[in-house]
Amino acid sequence: MATVADLRYGQKGIIKDFTEHILPIKLLELGCLPGNSVELLQIAPLNDPIYINLSGSHLAIRRSLAELIELEIIEETQAK
Amino acid sequence: MSKNINVALIGNPNTGKTSVFNQLTGLKQKVGNYPGITVEKKEGICKLPRGVKAHILDLPGTYSLNTTSLDESLVVELLLNKNDKDYPDVAVVISDVENLKRNLLLFTQIKDLKIPTILVVNMADRMDRKGISLDVGAMEKKLDTKIALVSTRKNTGIDHIKELIADYKSISSKPILDPTRISPEYFDRLKKTFPQEDLYKLWLVITQDVNFMPIEKKRIQDATDFSTKSKDELKKLQHKETVLRYQLINNILKETYKVDFMAAKGLRASLDKILTHKVFGYLIFFVILLTIFQAIFDWSGYPMDFIDEQFAMAAEWVKNTLPPGVFTDLLAEGIIAGIGGIVIFIPQIAFLFLFISLLEESGYMSRVVFLMDRLMRPFGLSGKSVVPLISGNACAIPAIMATRTIENWKERLITILVTPFTTCSARLPVYLILIALVIPEGSVLGLSYQALTLMLLYLIGFGMALLSAMVLNKILKIKSRSVFMVEMPTYRLPLVKNVVYTVIEKTKSFVLGAGKIILAISIVLWFLGSNGYSEDFQDADRIVTERIENEGLSTYSKNYIQNNVASYRESAEAEGLAPNALQDSIEVLTQELSERAVAQEIASYKLEHSYIGQAGKAFEPLVKPLGYDWKIGIAVLTSFAAREVFVGTLATIYSVGSDEEETIKNRMAAELDDDGNPLFNLASGISLMLFYAFAMQCMSTLAIVKRETNSWKWPMLQLGFMSVFAYIIALIAYQILI
Repeated sequence: MATVADLRYGQKGIIKDFTEHILPIKLLELGCLPGNSVELLQIAPLNDPIYINLSGSHLAIRRSLAELIELEIIEETQAK
Repeated sequence: MSKNINVALIGNPNTGKTSVFNQLTGLKQKVGNYPGITVEKKEGICKLPRGVKAHILDLPGTYSLNTTSLDESLVVELLLNKNDKDYPDVAVVISDVENLKRNLLLFTQIKDLKIPTILVVNMADRMDRKGISLDVGAMEKKLDTKIALVSTRKNTGIDHIKELIADYKSISSKPILDPTRISPEYFDRLKKTFPQEDLYKLWLVITQDVNFMPIEKKRIQDATDFSTKSKDELKKLQHKETVLRYQLINNILKETYKVDFMAAKGLRASLDKILTHKVFGYLIFFVILLTIFQAIFDWSGYPMDFIDEQFAMAAEWVKNTLPPGVFTDLLAEGIIAGIGGIVIFIPQIAFLFLFISLLEESGYMSRVVFLMDRLMRPFGLSGKSVVPLISGNACAIPAIMATRTIENWKERLITILVTPFTTCSARLPVYLILIALVIPEGSVLGLSYQALTLMLLYLIGFGMALLSAMVLNKILKIKSRSVFMVEMPTYRLPLVKNVVYTVIEKTKSFVLGAGKIILAISIVLWFLGSNGYSEDFQDADRIVTERIENEGLSTYSKNYIQNNVASYRESAEAEGLAPNALQDSIEVLTQELSERAVAQEIASYKLEHSYIGQAGKAFEPLVKPLGYDWKIGIAVLTSFAAREVFVGTLATIYSVGSDEEETIKNRMAAELDDDGNPLFNLASGISLMLFYAFAMQCMSTLAIVKRETNSWKWPMLQLGFMSVFAYIIALIAYQILI
């Protein structure tokens, strides 16, 4: 199962329906809802944290959190 | 004052809420603390049309009413408590046109509390550039509210907000979301148990960790039955609520809000490519850091020298103008010197806040957090610890308050505990005078030994902060589940007004806060140093004069005269003064100097037998192994109130009239130990500097740590550990070097 942590530079994905309620409510409020898109913008040095565009919210989150967000990768952009 | 309207400004972080507040209130604002906690309370007065006045309260930024921090709980507490004197007649929700969807989440929650709510859509000037179009009329209808399109940058729309506030009675207070939709079964049950209560408010009481008025206590007790039953269940329902709200918002936005992505031009993406780059990102951050340090330690030197001179002159003036007496002495040596000791730090503090506020306003600070997070984690810190650790180089007090943004309690606690190790500006005067005294001049590779020593002291402080963080990370067993999340706002040119307000405000609160303590200490010190109970103190004049008649001046005084004469002779000979004239003037000088030496000996005898002298003597055995005498001991002891007291205390003890560094330095250089060697030598100097590097000598910091951690345990631990550690290190250093 792909998660936000699997995205590569410039790649986009759509958040899947989640049944488990492990995600912090804060993340939901910032737009992490099923059906919304996530795009990976930057990866910090040493590979963590990652910088994403979560349906309009520009956020940095740690990899450990990103691994909890399941998604379907939809767009294969040119990885640099 | 029945005509006053209570207004609460509410909004997500980074929506320009503070700018709106500044524009509504101008300089008629007041910043204080909420009782008992250090959350900043900003309030101000705004004049509305038709002579109505509004009391505006700027509430802490929050993403929703689901609280995770103290600042956020405060918002919920106020909005649920109708009896609070600040309970708003009307709420103004500030939103950012680019993040409208997310901002509306909070708006719908506020509206469901049945408070008349106005929506301010800020940053309207960016709509064209971002390709955004908004049907205000339709949206007002859908949201059942009034909307003001505002640009704080272009200064438009503020009058519209004022009109809407003045006319708040016409604004609907009907809720938007029917809470029973979250879970019909659960809310039916709630309704049956509490038929009198508003369901949404009840829901917030159950899910949020907030304090309530006594009358509501019972309600909570019953309500907790509902919450303890199923924590996971509740969380599920909160998720459901969020989803429902977003569905509602999406439906509204679909018809009223359009973004033409083709027209959108993003500065953020291109700037981020450079500023968060794996190599350039660090380089740029490093350069910015260097600039900040340059400003704090170099540029601020000029205004600081100026302030120093002014206060020395003021003290001189008071002494010469007012009739001599106790009051004049107190004013000149106690109060003016004391205030000078505070004011001198204003340039450094102001520079630091200027830079921090520029970095925060521009949006760059979030990028620093992003860059540094992974590097800080092995030390048990977060990327967000970087800001406090940088601020700590000016003053630990605002630094510790800045830790509030760290969500994870363990990371935050560690940051609070280690921040006092960073070299705050109060250590600087101590370092500077000791370095000038004991570190030889000369250089290696073009860098002077003295500058290198100072740099080393900064590195030691920072290194110690990281090292102890690492140790604490291992020791502390705190489970903390909250997550790291940083919003990366769009880059913005900082608004001059906001920056200026922040700098003035923060500097003011530093001066008033820390200042009181320093001032009090100077006065107490002065009193203890100039009064004594023993006969030795009362009869100092006679005793010393008799001793000098019988035994002559002390070695110290002889040296003092010799040195001054020698340096006078040198400069006179360099100027080519005739030998005869030289001899004469040296005689005059010697006469003058011995008079002064006698006066000094009397003063120092008096001091030795004053209250403070007695205390110092009792304290001496403890500091002897570190290479200090009782006078330094007193200076170290008083420094536990605030480090910067050190130089001032020595000034008072050596009864040097002014705080002027050169004079104190000469006086310190002339101090001898029992064997007749200079008291301030390499060993005792380094031992002192290391002691100041590690010891927890700041009452204000301890008070802040107590407030922020809500327990005496942590500040006492800090005080004990840091001071014992400092003592041991200073002891080792002295014993090795001597």
